[in-house]
Amino acid sequence: MKILVPVKRVLDYNVKARVKADGSGIDLANVKMSMNPFDEIALEEAIRIKEKGNAEEIIAVSIGVQQNQETLRTALAMGADRAILVVATDDVHNDIEPLTVANILAAITLKEGPSLILCGKQAIDNDFNATAQMLSAKLKWSQATFASEIDVKDDIIRVTREVDGGLQTIDAKIPAVVSVDLRLNEPRYASLPNIMKAKRKPLEEINPADLGVEITQRLKVIETKEPDSREAGLILENIDQLVEKIQENVGG
Amino acid sequence: MHLYQPPLEDYNFILHHFLKIEKEDIEGYKDLSPEFTRPIFEEAGKLASEVISPSNKDGDEQGCKLENGIVRTPESFKLAFDKLRAGGWLSLDIEEEFGGQNLPLILSTVTNEMFTSANMSLTMYSGLSRGAYSAIFLHGSEDQKQMYLPKLANCEWTGTMNLTEPHCGTDLGLIRTKAILTENGSYEVSGQKIFISSGDHDLSENIIHLVLAKTPDAPEGVKGISLFVVPKFLVNDDGSLGERNKLSVGKIEKKMGIKGNATCVMNYDGATGYLVGEENKGLKAMFTMMNEARLGVGMQGLAQAEIAYQAALNYAKDRIQGRAIQGKANPDQSADPIIVHPDVRRNLMEQKSFIEGARGFIAWAAVLLDKAKRDGDKNAEGIASLLIPVIKGYVTDKGFEYTINAQQVFGGHGYIEEWGMSQYARDCRIAMIYEGTNGIQALDLVGRKLAMDGGKHMREYLKLVQNFIKEEHSKDFENDFIAPLKKSIEHLQAALLFFMENGLKNPLSAVSGATDFLHLVGLVSLGFIWSKKAQSAEEQLKNPLSDKNFLEAKILTGSYFMNRQLPETRLRLDKILTGEKQVMSLAANQF
Ligand SMILES: Cc1cc2nc3c(=O)[nH]c(=O)nc-3n(C[C@H](O)[C@H](O)[C@H](O)COP(=O)(O)OP(=O)(O)OC[C@H]3O[C@@H](n4cnc5c(N)ncnc54)[C@H](O)[C@@H]3O)c2cc1C
Repeated sequence: MKILVPVKRVLDYNVKARVKADGSGIDLANVKMSMNPFDEIALEEAIRIKEKGNAEEIIAVSIGVQQNQETLRTALAMGADRAILVVATDDVHNDIEPLTVANILAAITLKEGPSLILCGKQAIDNDFNATAQMLSAKLKWSQATFASEIDVKDDIIRVTREVDGGLQTIDAKIPAVVSVDLRLNEPRYASLPNIMKAKRKPLEEINPADLGVEITQRLKVIETKEPDSREAGLILENIDQLVEKIQENVGG
Repeated sequence: MHLYQPPLEDYNFILHHFLKIEKEDIEGYKDLSPEFTRPIFEEAGKLASEVISPSNKDGDEQGCKLENGIVRTPESFKLAFDKLRAGGWLSLDIEEEFGGQNLPLILSTVTNEMFTSANMSLTMYSGLSRGAYSAIFLHGSEDQKQMYLPKLANCEWTGTMNLTEPHCGTDLGLIRTKAILTENGSYEVSGQKIFISSGDHDLSENIIHLVLAKTPDAPEGVKGISLFVVPKFLVNDDGSLGERNKLSVGKIEKKMGIKGNATCVMNYDGATGYLVGEENKGLKAMFTMMNEARLGVGMQGLAQAEIAYQAALNYAKDRIQGRAIQGKANPDQSADPIIVHPDVRRNLMEQKSFIEGARGFIAWAAVLLDKAKRDGDKNAEGIASLLIPVIKGYVTDKGFEYTINAQQVFGGHGYIEEWGMSQYARDCRIAMIYEGTNGIQALDLVGRKLAMDGGKHMREYLKLVQNFIKEEHSKDFENDFIAPLKKSIEHLQAALLFFMENGLKNPLSAVSGATDFLHLVGLVSLGFIWSKKAQSAEEQLKNPLSDKNFLEAKILTGSYFMNRQLPETRLRLDKILTGEKQVMSLAANQF
C-alpha cells in the first residue's frame, strides 16, 4: 500500500507571531518556517507503518510557495520516499483554503493511488481542522479523525480517537483518510545521513492547473489582531474584598 | 533554566554572505549552498535545543559518580548521547571509509558550537573521541585503523587523551609513565595520569585511551615520549571485546565546572598498550592534531558566551526595574524592562559584538584549515597556525569574561544556581586552562608562530588586512570601520617592531608582553572580521528582499565593536612597550 502525507509549511512554533501593520495577517517575511507539527506526527506514523512492513511507499505532498521544497526535503529526510510540490502561489502570505487543498489532494490521490492518507488534524497557523474531513468526502473514503493510536490490519485500520472526555476506538475500511492528534507519537529527528540522502530523493514540482484544479478564494480576512495585553493584577487584602470584586465584575 | 536556541540566521550570514563558502574553490565545498547547509543546521539545532540542552543542568547537579570502579553519568546524558550517535552527528566530518560523512570542518564547527552551547560536558565525550580518532588516523598502523576507527568514528567507542601527570602538565618532558616492550610486540604501560577528561563513563561500551609514556631507554625530555593506544577492554581479532585491561579509575575529581564530564585519575598497572607511530615520536604525533583541538577549545569559550548571552538577553527584556532615562518605555506598568538602561545595553552590546565577531573569526579559521587539509594549501595552513593560539587564548579569555557579564545582567538572580548563569561561567572557565593554558598560547604565538617560516605568516596576515583597508569604501564605512581598523593595525605593527628590535637580544622583553600581544591580535582579527561582515551586510541590503532588520543590526553591532572594543589595542600596545621592566622588577622574595 502507498501512504500519502500532506505537509504544510507554517510559521515555526517557537517563533512569536507578529501581525502585519495593515492587519491583513501574520507577517511571514524573513521568519523561520517549519513543518506543521501535526503533519510531522502524521508522517512519523506513516514511517512507522512502513517500518512494520504494512506499506511500501510514502509520498509527501506540500501545497503553497516554492520554498515549501524545504519542508518536503525535511519530510524526505525523516523517511518519505518521494515528494510532490504543488506551487499554488508565489506569496507566502496567501493561505490556500481547505477546500482548495482538499481538491488538489483528491486529484493527486486519483493520480498516485494511495490507500491511506494521513493528515495532521489541523495546521497551527489557521487552526481550520477541515481538510481531512473535506478530502474524505471528496473521495468518498472512510474517515477517522483525531487519532491517538493507529493499527493497520489488512484492509481495516483501527483508530483510537481522542474525543471529549475519553477515547473512542473505531475500525475504518481502507481506503481511508485519517487525521492525527498530538499524542499519537513523538516524531523522530532526521539523521544526518538521511538528510544527505534526502537531497537526492525525487521531488516533483507541479501546478494546480496540471491537476485541473482552480485556486479559489472563498474566505475573506476582515481583520487580524494581536491578543490584548494582560492588564496588571490587583493584590487584595482579604477574602471579603475578593468576594466583593467578584460580585462587582459578575455584575449580579 | 534557559533552553538553547540555535543562532541559525547568523550561521547563514557568516557562511554564505561573509565567507561565501560555496564559492570557495576547496575540495568538498562546491555543494555547500544555503539549501545544503540549512536542513543540516536546522536539525542539529533542534536536537541541541530539545534534547541536549535539557540535560545540561543534570550534569551540573548530579555530576558523575564513581561506583564500584565504574563512572556513572546522568540518565539524560545517555539519552542525549544516544540521539547524537544514532543521528550520525558525531561523524559528520569523519572520512567515509570509516563510516562518516566526510563533510568539511566548517560544517562540524557550526554543529559543534550548537552542541557545546547546549551541553559542554556532554560534548567533551565526543570531542576527545574525535582527537583519538585523528591520532590513530594520522599515525596508527593499518591494523590499528581497521580495529579502532570504525568504532571511534561514531563514538560507539569513545576516546581519551592522557598527557598530564601529577608533577607535569605544561612541561611534558617530565612524564614518568613507563612502557615496556613485551615478547608479543605489545607494551606494558604503568604509571599514573591525572585530570583525564572522559576517563571513564557509561556512554560507550569501550574506551580507547591514548597515553603518552616513556620506554626504558628513551632520551630525556620531550624527545623521549611515545604514544600508545590502551583500550579499556582489549579487542579480539574479530573485533569483539575481550578481557578488561589492567587499568582503573583512581578517583574522579571534584571541580568547579563541567561536572558532567568525568575528570579521572587513571592508574595503569602493566596495562597492555600498542605503540602508535614510532617510538619517541609521541609528542609530535599529538601535536599534529593540535590545531583542530585548540580550535575546538576556543569554540567552547564562544559557545558558553553564546548560551549565557541568550539567557541574559531574555532576562533583560523581561525583568522590569527602574525607568528609562529617555522617558517611560512601558507607561502602563510599574517599571520598564532593564534593557532600556544604558549600562545594561553596554553590557549586552559587549557580549553580542564579541560573540558574533568571534563566530566569524572561528569560521574563517575553519575554512583556512579546510583549505590546508583538503587542498594542501600551505599559505592557508600558515595563517591558521598563526591564529590558532589567538583563537584558543583570546576567545576563551573573553568568552569567560562575557559569561560573567551575562550573569551580571541578572543581578542577584545570576548568583543563585536556579537560573543557571553560574554554571555557564564555571563550565567555561576550564577552556582557559586545558589544551595548553592561555599563558602558553601566548608564548606559542610570540615565541614560535611569529618567527615560523621567517615570519611569513604574520606578513601574509597583515597583507590581508591592509589590502582590505585599501579597497574603496563608502564614507560612512570609512569612518565607522576602516579608520578604527587602520589604527589598530598600526598598533599591531608597532608591537611587532618592538619585538623585532628587542626580542632577539632580550627575549624577556617580548615574552613579558605575550598575553597582551595575543589579545592585540585577537582584537585586530575581530576588527577585520567585523569590517568584512559589515561590508557584506551593506552589499546585501541593496537587495529589497533582504532582511533589513537583521542586516542593519549587524552593521550597528559591528560599529560598536570597532568603536568601543577595538580601541583596547592602544592599551595593549602601551603595556607591550614597557617590556619586562615592571613585570620582572621584583625579586621573588619581594612578593
Ligand atoms: C577539568 C580538567 C580537564 C583536563 N583534561 C585533561 C585531559 O583530558 N588530558 C590531559 O592530559 N590533561 C588534562 N587536563 C590537564 C591540563 O591540560 C593541565 O592542567 C594544563 O595543561 C596545565 O598543567 P598543570 O595543571 O600541570 O599546570 P602547570 O604546568 O603547573 O602550570 C601552572 C601555571 O604556570 C604557568 N606556566 C607553566 N609553565 C610555563 C611557562 N613555561 N611559561 C609561562 N607560564 C608557564 C601555566 O600557564 C599555569 O598558569 C585537564 C585539566 C582539568 C582541570
